[in-house]
Amino acid sequence: MLHIDNLVKTFDGERRKRARSNGKEEAAATKIFAVNDVSFEVGEGELFTLLGPSGCGKTTTLRAIAGLEKPDAGHIAVGERVLFSSKPGEKTVNVPANSRGLGMVFQSYAIWPHMTVFNNVAFPLQVMKRGERPAKREISERVMRVLETMELGSYANRQATKLSGGQQQRLALARAIVIEPTLLLLDEPLSNLDAKLRESLRYELKRLQRELGITSVYVTHDQIEALALSTKIAVMSDGNVVQLGRPREIYQNPNNKFVAEFIGTSNFISGVVSAHRGEQYTVETNDGRLLLDSAADMPGGTEVVVSVRPESMELYEESRPDLPNEWRGSVLTRAFLGDSVDHVIGVGKHELRVRCNPSISIAPGSDVYVRMPPENLSLVPVN
Amino acid sequence: MTTASPALGQETVAEPARWRRWLPTPKMLILGMVGLAIGYLALVPLYYLLWGTFFDGNGVTFGGFERAYGHSQILPLIGNSLWFAIGAAVLSLVVGTSLAYLNVRTDVPFKALFFAASIVPLIIPGILYTISWIFLASPDIGLINRLIEPVFGSGAIDIFTIWGMVWVEGLHLSPIVFLLMVAAFRSMDPSLEESALMSGATRWQVFRKVTVPLTRPAIVASILIMVVRSLESFEVPALLGLQNGIYVFTSRIYFVLRSYPPDFGAAGALAVGLLVLALIGVAMANIVGKSGKNFQTVTGKGFRPRPMELGKWRPVMGVAIVLYFILTVIAPLVVLLYTSLLKFYTAPSWDVFKTMTLDNYRELAGMSKAMTALQNSLALGLGSATLVMAFMAIAAWIVVRSRIRGRHLLDQLAFVPLVIPGLVLGLALSFVYLRSPIPIYGTLFILLIAYVTRYMPYGMRYAVISMHQISNELEESAQVSGASWWQTFRRVLLPLLAPGLLAGWVYILVVSFRELSSSILLYSPGNEVLSILIFEQFEDGEFTVLSALGVVMVLTLILLVSIAYKLGAKVGLNRN
Repeated sequence: MLHIDNLVKTFDGERRKRARSNGKEEAAATKIFAVNDVSFEVGEGELFTLLGPSGCGKTTTLRAIAGLEKPDAGHIAVGERVLFSSKPGEKTVNVPANSRGLGMVFQSYAIWPHMTVFNNVAFPLQVMKRGERPAKREISERVMRVLETMELGSYANRQATKLSGGQQQRLALARAIVIEPTLLLLDEPLSNLDAKLRESLRYELKRLQRELGITSVYVTHDQIEALALSTKIAVMSDGNVVQLGRPREIYQNPNNKFVAEFIGTSNFISGVVSAHRGEQYTVETNDGRLLLDSAADMPGGTEVVVSVRPESMELYEESRPDLPNEWRGSVLTRAFLGDSVDHVIGVGKHELRVRCNPSISIAPGSDVYVRMPPENLSLVPVN
Repeated sequence: MTTASPALGQETVAEPARWRRWLPTPKMLILGMVGLAIGYLALVPLYYLLWGTFFDGNGVTFGGFERAYGHSQILPLIGNSLWFAIGAAVLSLVVGTSLAYLNVRTDVPFKALFFAASIVPLIIPGILYTISWIFLASPDIGLINRLIEPVFGSGAIDIFTIWGMVWVEGLHLSPIVFLLMVAAFRSMDPSLEESALMSGATRWQVFRKVTVPLTRPAIVASILIMVVRSLESFEVPALLGLQNGIYVFTSRIYFVLRSYPPDFGAAGALAVGLLVLALIGVAMANIVGKSGKNFQTVTGKGFRPRPMELGKWRPVMGVAIVLYFILTVIAPLVVLLYTSLLKFYTAPSWDVFKTMTLDNYRELAGMSKAMTALQNSLALGLGSATLVMAFMAIAAWIVVRSRIRGRHLLDQLAFVPLVIPGLVLGLALSFVYLRSPIPIYGTLFILLIAYVTRYMPYGMRYAVISMHQISNELEESAQVSGASWWQTFRRVLLPLLAPGLLAGWVYILVVSFRELSSSILLYSPGNEVLSILIFEQFEDGEFTVLSALGVVMVLTLILLVSIAYKLGAKVGLNRN
């Protein structure tokens, strides 16, 4: 539905940025790639998330789709309609932001403080071109219908700034969908809310998006939000999409050290592929051999990093030599976290973090056995 | 036992003799003095102004009002005052706001020029600005008139009209509006405009339905402040209006006092009228400012919006900006410099350039009056800046930190002079010290008192803002360490306040250095300050010497302002 091809956006390097890193002086002095050759597709009804740390280019990508930022090159289309296209030798197409017909929710909500709740939502309908603009009565009906959906019906005549944070967020959403846009853009819409409210609105947002079936592009730096909401996630770093997939894929099989580090917590064990048969790999490390399953294609001798999540490891006080990937170590320290207990286990030179059920708590200094089930390990290439 | 003994010891040490508790501590003395001084400076002149206006030897009288308002010229006077003030305010608003919008929201060229233009009101005092516009656009000698004479005939532009007054005052005020509106546009969350754009609104709809309503509080406040400032302006109406008998409040007061015999009652009545108008303006600006707070919203990360591309309009705007810069900055300065090099004022030509000379500057150097005036201006600037900041540092502590009852009253008292036009303050002070036994009338001290009073509000603002930035705990930890109040103030607060106080000090030094409208009613021969000397020389028609003096004054101001910027920068670095 949304097609993004080879999107590039650079900013002029400022003198301030130049001074920051002496090594990259020349590159920074000319152009900074905010978005560097990004391509992806979003299917009908999907909630597609751009996830990454600040400065990774996710917001710039979103603003380029919105038309608020003019890309240097690339192609953006919604369905059959080309919104932006700049290819060498072809005429540049750049539909202005106010003719793209998209809905957008801003991080600050951008609720107009000088208007009532009703007028905020009615605005997109009121500024439509004569001829397309619905009659007054229809505008009022549509606005009220959307406000009811967002449970804001009884606030219609209030001054918009009198709403609470959660209500403002719903108002911003109401305004974005009142024209029934083909595509909804959301720029960190939950980041201004407190933790509890954020969690409840996350489910609310998910329910609404699935019910309305509205195709959405969502930008966030919060991995939990991304995992909970999305049908698909593109993890971005330094202007590039580094991994694209369903939330579970990305969490369980990070194909890249950045992704493994950025999403959740991971232990990294470096080693060398010694053998593989089909998807069954054997990796030799300084502290022992690891067996694991991976769809990656890596010949023997390849240097790799094995990544394993703290919660997918097991801790035993007695050895189970019949099971694979069991390493012996000792507890260095532990921390009680309420719903779990984290143990840091020293194995050779490695320090592995293992997350256990709160009923398990082993005193520092005790000898223990760490087991890493092969299906829970993932193979990450060393770049 | 161990618990009882310190309690006993404490009792004997901490309880002073009964009579000693009634003696004021040094802290109380200092605070009391500062409070009294502020109250005295703010209220006594107003009291005497009202007293001098409404009382004469026989009791309550409205004679002053009858003489001031009771003739046929009063309606034109009020009409001219409002026309001049509102006209100048509208001109400065239109120019300043458009420049601010262009600068913040579009890709207009020459953005550095905007900020260069914005320090003009600081470095070119109103009197010099007005005089240079006389050189440029007077019907007889104006350079612009000479330039366009072949096309439009002689004297096509006449600066000595109400339109000329509006033009000069409006241009001089426009950089202030520019700075106010830049702040307003910048503090507005850009996503408010972007979301309107995303909703399908055109640029014009966004501007009309979102940008303007959201900046309306700033716009209304700016226009009211500019109206008040124009009402209080003395230089422009005195130099441009008196020529053709166009009177406004300030120039009328001056005229009444300069006629013989001076009618203090009538001047007081006019001053009270002006004061009331200024009060109404300031009060309205405050109300608008408060209602503007309702518009504050959650703001997100400061993603600066893509500046609006002007496209084919970009060169047009570029030319307009350069023209504005030439009109407001270059032309006045150049014409001043040009005149200062002439033997007598004449339009530029090849012959004139060949006869240019530094004689005026030589004459200035040998003129004892000029040297005295320069010294007086500097001494008064240094004196008033130091006094104001020293008093306001303590006053700010009272207002921000202490729990003393009535501290907010002190805050308001310190702001009273803000609504008193300079000329009115001068008149009020002359009422006070003509009647008071303190023999300072006709000395520099009365000018010092006038300047300290006038610039007290600015000093207070600087000191209060700096005081707010210092955490209470720094002070408390000094107290816990055993420091007395005065030690805490001197060793902890003052060093931390220093950058803010220094900024205020420099600002007051600069504005005192060029003060005219209070001084004009308070100076006495032999005690002239620079701006007075320039005013006298203008009345005597000594244009060339005056210009040389003006150039010296502008150079001194540039020096002071750049020292201020330097100091500011250095202090800023140290704090990091």
